[in-house]
Amino acid sequence: MAVAVKMPKLSDTMTEGVILKWLKKEGEKVTQGDIIVEIESDKADMELEAFDTGTLRKIVVPEGGKAPIGSLIAVIGEPSEDISSVLASASMANVESQAAPAQKPPLAAASAPQVMSEPASTAPAPKGQPTDGRIKASPLAKRLASEHKLTIQSIPGSGPLGRVIKRDIEAALSGKIPLTPTSQVITPGTAEEVSLSPIRKTIAKRMAESKQSAPHFYVTIEADMDAAIAFRNQLNNVFEAKISFTDIIIKACASALMRHPQVNATFLGDKMRQHHYVHIGVAVALEDGLVTPILRNCEQKGIGRINQELRDLVDRARNRKLKPDEYQGATFTISNLGMFGVEDFVAIINPPEGAILAVGAILEKPVVKDGHVVVGHTMRVTLSSDHRIIDGAIAARFLQDLKKMLENPAALVSIT
Amino acid sequence: MNEPLTAVKESRIESKLQGLPKKVLLGWYDEMLLSRRFEEKCAQLYQMGQIGGFCHLYNGQEAVSTGAIHAINHDDYVITAYRDHVQAISKGVDPKPIMAELLQKYTGTTKGKGGSMHIFDRDKNFLGGHAIVGSHIPIAAGVAFAAKYRNERKVCLCFMGDGATNIGTFHEALNLASLWKLPVIYIIENNLYGMGTAVERASAVEDLTKKALAYDMRSAVIGGHDVLEVYRTIKSAVDHARETYEPSLIEVRTYRYRGHSQSDPVHGHYRTKEEVEEERKKDPILIFAGVLKSANLIDDDYIESAEKKVKKIVTECVQFAENSPEPPLDELYKDVYYDSGR
Amino acid sequence: MPPVNLREALRQAIDEEMARDDRVFLMGEEVAHYQGAYKVSQGLLQKYGERRIIDTPIAEAGFAGIGIGAAMVGLRPIVEFMTWNFSLVAFDQIVNNAAKMHSMSGGHFHVPIVFRGPGGAAHNLAATHSQALESIYAHVPGLKVVMPSTCEDAKGLLKTSIRDENPVIFIESEVMYGDKGEIPEGEYTIPLGVGKKVREGKDITIVSWAKVLAHVTTKAVAELVQEGIDVELIDPRTIKPMDYDLIVDSVKKTNRLVIVEEGWPFAGVGAQISHEVTNRAFDYLDSPVERVTQEDVPLPYAHNLEAASLPSIEKIIRASKKVLYAD
Repeated sequence: MAVAVKMPKLSDTMTEGVILKWLKKEGEKVTQGDIIVEIESDKADMELEAFDTGTLRKIVVPEGGKAPIGSLIAVIGEPSEDISSVLASASMANVESQAAPAQKPPLAAASAPQVMSEPASTAPAPKGQPTDGRIKASPLAKRLASEHKLTIQSIPGSGPLGRVIKRDIEAALSGKIPLTPTSQVITPGTAEEVSLSPIRKTIAKRMAESKQSAPHFYVTIEADMDAAIAFRNQLNNVFEAKISFTDIIIKACASALMRHPQVNATFLGDKMRQHHYVHIGVAVALEDGLVTPILRNCEQKGIGRINQELRDLVDRARNRKLKPDEYQGATFTISNLGMFGVEDFVAIINPPEGAILAVGAILEKPVVKDGHVVVGHTMRVTLSSDHRIIDGAIAARFLQDLKKMLENPAALVSIT
Repeated sequence: MNEPLTAVKESRIESKLQGLPKKVLLGWYDEMLLSRRFEEKCAQLYQMGQIGGFCHLYNGQEAVSTGAIHAINHDDYVITAYRDHVQAISKGVDPKPIMAELLQKYTGTTKGKGGSMHIFDRDKNFLGGHAIVGSHIPIAAGVAFAAKYRNERKVCLCFMGDGATNIGTFHEALNLASLWKLPVIYIIENNLYGMGTAVERASAVEDLTKKALAYDMRSAVIGGHDVLEVYRTIKSAVDHARETYEPSLIEVRTYRYRGHSQSDPVHGHYRTKEEVEEERKKDPILIFAGVLKSANLIDDDYIESAEKKVKKIVTECVQFAENSPEPPLDELYKDVYYDSGR
Repeated sequence: MPPVNLREALRQAIDEEMARDDRVFLMGEEVAHYQGAYKVSQGLLQKYGERRIIDTPIAEAGFAGIGIGAAMVGLRPIVEFMTWNFSLVAFDQIVNNAAKMHSMSGGHFHVPIVFRGPGGAAHNLAATHSQALESIYAHVPGLKVVMPSTCEDAKGLLKTSIRDENPVIFIESEVMYGDKGEIPEGEYTIPLGVGKKVREGKDITIVSWAKVLAHVTTKAVAELVQEGIDVELIDPRTIKPMDYDLIVDSVKKTNRLVIVEEGWPFAGVGAQISHEVTNRAFDYLDSPVERVTQEDVPLPYAHNLEAASLPSIEKIIRASKKVLYAD
């Protein structure tokens, strides 16, 4: 049985060895324990013993030749035995193991230049003089600003280099101006050019396309939200949950869209695709744009599940952790600016979807109930529709159903 | 000053065998042969990349380990440096887990944490291979200190290489062991080279036992090719330590056939090929076989059968090691502190 | 109970542990007949005899190694270094043998030993005799590092350290041996790895330990409190394992952290605490973590240079005001 003699690992740091001298010739007999070859490792010149007895049939790597650890350097076998299979199987391995290091870039080119590029002086800029356009804020200040929905850019920082710190947030919250503002982030009377982030560029392109190609029309309806408010309170009390109005609106839209597939459709040039599932995109504002993570198959999901999934999606959207299939492929979009106190607005359709719902704030208003004027809670929603596939009456009927769901939220709970 | 130990040369075979039973003597022969073949297998596995790191082999020095360690009791202690596989085997550590340790397996003596240079076994009172030269010499004195503190008549054998006699801890430990009369027997395995530096190029005194004189410690120099001579001398030092708590320093002149470690050359700039070949003629296993034959205790058939028996054990060791799992990753943080899981 | 000084508190710990466990012994230079270089072991030779109170030659590597060997086979040595500066000649024994034995032997052998003695600067002792080495030892896995700042803690922590199954680096201070403090009556121990809130506050967290806490930081804190700054002062007591939870929770409340230590700045204990706090309380920090350390120089002999190098009340107040944006 022919056996391969392989380049031994002679030290822990050795990767290849050089054949210094073959002490046996091809055709010569070798006994286990005989020194057959001298090898130069990275550490020393070493002798290799034969681990088998037989005839040295073939020397693969000649004196002076290099070979990586484990590659074939010789074959020991019976004098007349066919050794081609040992040679063939090992030569593949040799080729592979030798090819790899050659692809590495030269060491000098990879590591040399960066060493010198560090600027010689890093003298701190004088206090109160921001050196770049970055807004500096302490981690605590950023967290507080986010919790209180404050835009950190609008708060003057009183820390070193204009850093926004806790006391600045507290001052802004109490309506006071910080006592010793030491820097001004924005200089009045000047302008600055801000280059567009990749996400901003995408929004710019897609919104312009939408408004140019899709003929938009808008229908607004007002819903009485008293029942929805009570419904939400009941859910949150009973399940100790934190269901939001957005969750309820999503579920209501899903139910209404299943009844009005024309609104839950995409425009495909010479045809339209009506979906019998509801994937709702929810617009989430980011610092430099917005993204619409998608809740899939809302028609099959309860409000609690929608709430959980939306929380996770919004969280990851803000941290830019969404995967592409989590923000692509919606059949309908909801944009809610209610938390800013906006009463109503119109939104631009997110193509290729057919419609988008703009949701305003729930406002206290005088309403007529049973012939009496009482204080009620109303919410206005505006549907932007692509007139190529949706007509006014369809939009109106959809909104009528949506209003009915919101005003009778018990209908949103599955009874089957 | 204490009178020095002297190695007694005996011509008569009966006296040479010191009344040791045949079973014991044949056990020693088998052990030395196992030690030889075990280490040869290690050399092969190292070159195949299955053993990593540094791997220091014992070939040529077998008579020292077997002769010395069989001169103590099972509950006595042994501590040594990094050339430690064979001393562990002599102390009764199962060779299977030793091989598994070398092959980086969970069933190894230290679960794959110590490797070749750090074999330990609490049950066998084998206190380790230690890899910083000279670092374990004071520990040996401490083990002997504990034995004396508890009034136990136990001793500690401490092996070291010739190179270790030049480092500070050797001198601090010898002074303390002699000053406090600690029952430790220091054995210098003088294989003539500390890695590649010959003794006379590293030590101001070539007779290393002269270093014992400074600490008023008993000492002796003996040849390391004759297991019976090693046994006799170490036994006398052990008996003395058990009796009086007094330590000894024994220099054993021996020779290593292989390179300092498996990544070092057998010969080259520091010693000649001819020297190695000449030394191999004084092989301790062949010498012992000759003694046993002339005492009519073994014949060629026995030698052949011992060879087969040992080969089978080594094969079983490798099979055990190869079939063992790697350490699980949750072992990483275990054993760092005593209370961090065992 | 009348107050005792630190050396008495330490002696009580050693005495009580030796009385309850015959495996415990004390070994070091001048611990027996001389009665202790700093009198910590005064009277113990008379009580326990030469078998258990053992004078050593000046051979730190040798007797540290003897302690480690004895611990491996079941004794519980207390090895005294006359000062921690001298431990550096036994560094190999502590790092390669004591710290690693349990892991490297796969759990076969462990080393229940206490290395103790005074560390840090005293007065005018210059570069080799004034080193705070806690960060160096805390760097090594397998070691625990304990640094008490009061008599009560010193006794309770030393007793726990002697009973611990791992090697413990116990660092005292030469200039604190005469400091007096109340200690509880009767037997008590203090767990390792549990820090202490020395003062509750809400404006700023200051972490400090051992002598610099007792002699410098507490004075700086008193001045800051005078100025109306409500300081929360934390003494971790054990450097390793460090009570990070206590510090992180405090920073979440105060939003500001100053760490005061006597060691050098580079890779010091404070750097490690700062990293952990930045990681675990990033969104609670209102300012970067500040550190007050010894200057990055070998400590000079002359009094004025020595004082300029070490942490001072002024440096602590300055750092505190910086993190409060009050500078």
